[in-house]
Amino acid sequence: MNRRNFIQQAGLGVGALMGASVPIVGNAVPLERLLEPGVDVAIKKRMADIALNAARSRGATYTDVRIGRYLQQFLFTREKQVQTITNAESYGVGIRVIANGTWGFSATSDVTPDGIAKCAETAVAIAKANSKIQNEPVQLAPQKGVGEVTWKTPLTKNAFEIPVQQKVDLLMKVNNAALDNGAAFVTSNLFFINEQKYFASTDGSYIDQDVHRIWPTFTVTAVDRAAGKFKTRDALSSPMGMGYEYLDGLASEKIPGPNGLVGYRNSYDMVEDATLAAKQAKEKMTAKSVEAGKYDLVLDPNHLGLTIHESVGHPLELDRVLGYEANYAGTSFATLDKWQSKNFKYGSPIVNIVADKTQVGSLGAVGYDDEGVPAKEWNLIKDGILVNYQAIRDQVAIIGEKESHGCCYADNWDSVQFQRMPNVSLKPSAEKRSVQDMIKGVDKGIYIIGRGSFSIDQQRYNFQFGGQLFYEIKNGQIVGMLDDVAYQANTLEFWNSCAQLCDKDDYRTFGSFFDGKGQPSQVSAVSHGSPTTRFNGVNVINTRRKI
Amino acid sequence: MAILSKEEAKRIADKVLSFAKADETSVTISGGRTGNIRYARNSVSTSGESNNLSLAVTSVFGKRSGTATINELDDDSLARTVRRAEEIARLAPENPEYVPMLGPQKYLNTKPYAETTAKIDPAYRAQAAFDSLDPCRKKNLTAAGYLEDSTGFFALANSKGLWAYNQQTSAEFSITVRTADGLGSGYATRDVTDVSKLSTREATEIAMQKAMASVSARALEPGKYTVIMEPAALVSNTDASLMAALVRSMDARSADEGRSFLSKKGGGTRLGEKLFDERVTIYSDPMNSEVPTSAFSGDGRPLERVTWIEKGVVKNMSYSRYWAEKKGVAAIPPGGNFIMEGGTQSLADMIKSTEKGILVTRLWYIRPVDPQTLLYTGLTRDGTFYIENGQIKFPVKNFRFNESPVIMLNNLEAIGRPVRIGGNLVPPLKIRDFTFSSLSDAV
Repeated sequence: MNRRNFIQQAGLGVGALMGASVPIVGNAVPLERLLEPGVDVAIKKRMADIALNAARSRGATYTDVRIGRYLQQFLFTREKQVQTITNAESYGVGIRVIANGTWGFSATSDVTPDGIAKCAETAVAIAKANSKIQNEPVQLAPQKGVGEVTWKTPLTKNAFEIPVQQKVDLLMKVNNAALDNGAAFVTSNLFFINEQKYFASTDGSYIDQDVHRIWPTFTVTAVDRAAGKFKTRDALSSPMGMGYEYLDGLASEKIPGPNGLVGYRNSYDMVEDATLAAKQAKEKMTAKSVEAGKYDLVLDPNHLGLTIHESVGHPLELDRVLGYEANYAGTSFATLDKWQSKNFKYGSPIVNIVADKTQVGSLGAVGYDDEGVPAKEWNLIKDGILVNYQAIRDQVAIIGEKESHGCCYADNWDSVQFQRMPNVSLKPSAEKRSVQDMIKGVDKGIYIIGRGSFSIDQQRYNFQFGGQLFYEIKNGQIVGMLDDVAYQANTLEFWNSCAQLCDKDDYRTFGSFFDGKGQPSQVSAVSHGSPTTRFNGVNVINTRRKI
Repeated sequence: MAILSKEEAKRIADKVLSFAKADETSVTISGGRTGNIRYARNSVSTSGESNNLSLAVTSVFGKRSGTATINELDDDSLARTVRRAEEIARLAPENPEYVPMLGPQKYLNTKPYAETTAKIDPAYRAQAAFDSLDPCRKKNLTAAGYLEDSTGFFALANSKGLWAYNQQTSAEFSITVRTADGLGSGYATRDVTDVSKLSTREATEIAMQKAMASVSARALEPGKYTVIMEPAALVSNTDASLMAALVRSMDARSADEGRSFLSKKGGGTRLGEKLFDERVTIYSDPMNSEVPTSAFSGDGRPLERVTWIEKGVVKNMSYSRYWAEKKGVAAIPPGGNFIMEGGTQSLADMIKSTEKGILVTRLWYIRPVDPQTLLYTGLTRDGTFYIENGQIKFPVKNFRFNESPVIMLNNLEAIGRPVRIGGNLVPPLKIRDFTFSSLSDAV
């Protein structure tokens, strides 16, 4: 009924998406259609100018137009068979204007001169209608036009050009590796996204961008029928802003960890990870149930990324702070007075967290955001102190800045752009330190790897996280696997308990591929880099129950 | 126009099937209009409307299938789409779990459509938003709300003679009201098929009362408490929820495969076992006049009344057609709604009969912790109150919970009168020993 078909895929393990549904945007199309080039840039410029002129002639004081072609290819398999392959394309134009000091937005799939002009007129009409109930006019931070420019995700293998058979063969290899190593069930998936976005505005910008993202993932399940037990282990991959080359599994990008664990940096060995996953899922069956209490936690980047996302990324979104998300995702504890004090201790002095839209290979990397602002990097937390938020052009005036942070995004041409989380990452230590070095210093702790259960309150104080793998640390050594582990903390207590960081050689990105926000809900993709990090004295609960 | 009549849809579907050369062909046509208005900080932030119409053809050769979709409905486009679906099918890998398409089916005459909702226009939405904003502005409270209405149709036909058509409307409204000092927050939500039954002012007034009453919440120690869960705490329009998690876990294949809370130790499933309090009866019924749904599932199977849990006993599980065929049982599809039988007590009656307990307006950020036991975690939000001797005494700080709906439905104290929530009918429940594991400072 709506343009988004939310499909509940049986093939997606609970762990892979934590019960979420996968948003398919657009219409299913034949494969070869995904390989056709989009409309020529000169034509797009002509169409954009029609929108800019039509809106101006109706009284708009600012206009931006996004002509977008959004491609998706998703593959779902289980055990020995392919369940679904989805190829989808969505093409249209979204026009946003300011008239009478008020935003108006309209979108159409009728990308003809007439269709675009009408759409621009509708946007102006909506702005004028809404201006009657507006409290205060929009204050748009100035942005100098950048002229005619292009940007493309740096990649060596466009995933859409790789034959489907090659992808199916890879997933079957992954599934076989899991089944051969003791898994009872396995589901594996590949997600590929390409956004071909053309942006133009009355500032004098004409920006053509080609953005690619990839996410390989799986869930393996081990079952002990006699005991009536089952355990799962999800992939330790990260979604990336890369092409198919992410699946090369380069040895040079592997970081050997303790207990035969492997960390993957910018290249992922999916078959190796599935082999390990099957063995580890079986090992979980007999793992010791954790004793609840205080532990020092050693958190792997593939786990910590989600904790950063929920407890730093979201609370520092300025629209949340101001109350625009109050009815859905909530507000934030990180209120303006705390930032204004210039001494609000978000974390311990070793905590330095940056926001960026520039990290190569990250999900947030673009040349320009969806309101024509060049990508940049800025500090959110410096030496433990809260120093900034994430803000876009109509918000930066509120925090006394003159230039947008460049983190405005819309998930499709017919969605209105709004503030979305840039990459938010924890800086590594300048001091040389490996995971093994870190574990040596821990007397009573738990080493946690992978994304598990996650939940946080609507102001981002109280959170609870699980994981994929838990190892007990006693007197500087890993002594075995644990099960039924979740930790609960208050955001500020947690970040102020941050005790030690590994160095840049351990730094890796974690990603959220379908991060939801807004009403109607839009998705976005964002990376979180960090090194393995130690937090002292965190409250761990035991999650085992009897039913 | 994005809404095709039954006759128009049938004519187009027949045309598509006349072009088909595959072993089996099916066509779905869906379309509709959805509109919304959103406000925050007592001012409208966004509002819009979008229309969509889409036709999908699935062609099958043996066990290979392919799908192609299009927005244009002229004969040439339809013929081209059929050819494309057939090309894709020929190149697709075989699906060993493919089950041949269904033939003609008999469907119930359900009524999930209301003309009042189909006629909603931008002026209606603006008025609905104003009715919610106005009382908040007057009391110096801050409103953030969202109204979304949908009118749509879905048609399904195939080369074996199956024909199904449904028109449906819905409107969902939610409102969060906060006090100016940020120390109080209240929430209410409504969803209807017929928008004449929706009053945004009535829902907003409840959220306003809760916001004002929740200021200066006191901290209680975490632990096991008797709780009264309002229906919005049990089912959510926008998030995962404890009751929906339970009902959606009734899949037979997962249970047979040993990876569900319904799997039996040693093999098999827990069908026929009493797993819940004997007052728990949950069923689906597309004909229920308060929560009507389509008369058929997405693959064309008829939706009829099915009892999932009867007097605490697991009576039925849902099946894919493949798994049902493999197991030699009826292929019962998951329901389009669920209805939990309740009593006659109102929420006020339930509070009155509570010696000590906690009233929960809403649960939030609910995520699975352990699928083996259906253990979930999440938090209370937007109005949590301490009850003593039958009266609400004071607001309390929000809690994090770790609890399983299976345990919860064994610890039942009382069941109230069901109300519509998220397209389902769910009563407020009084539950003993509900596990709150920590406190949250969030308002």
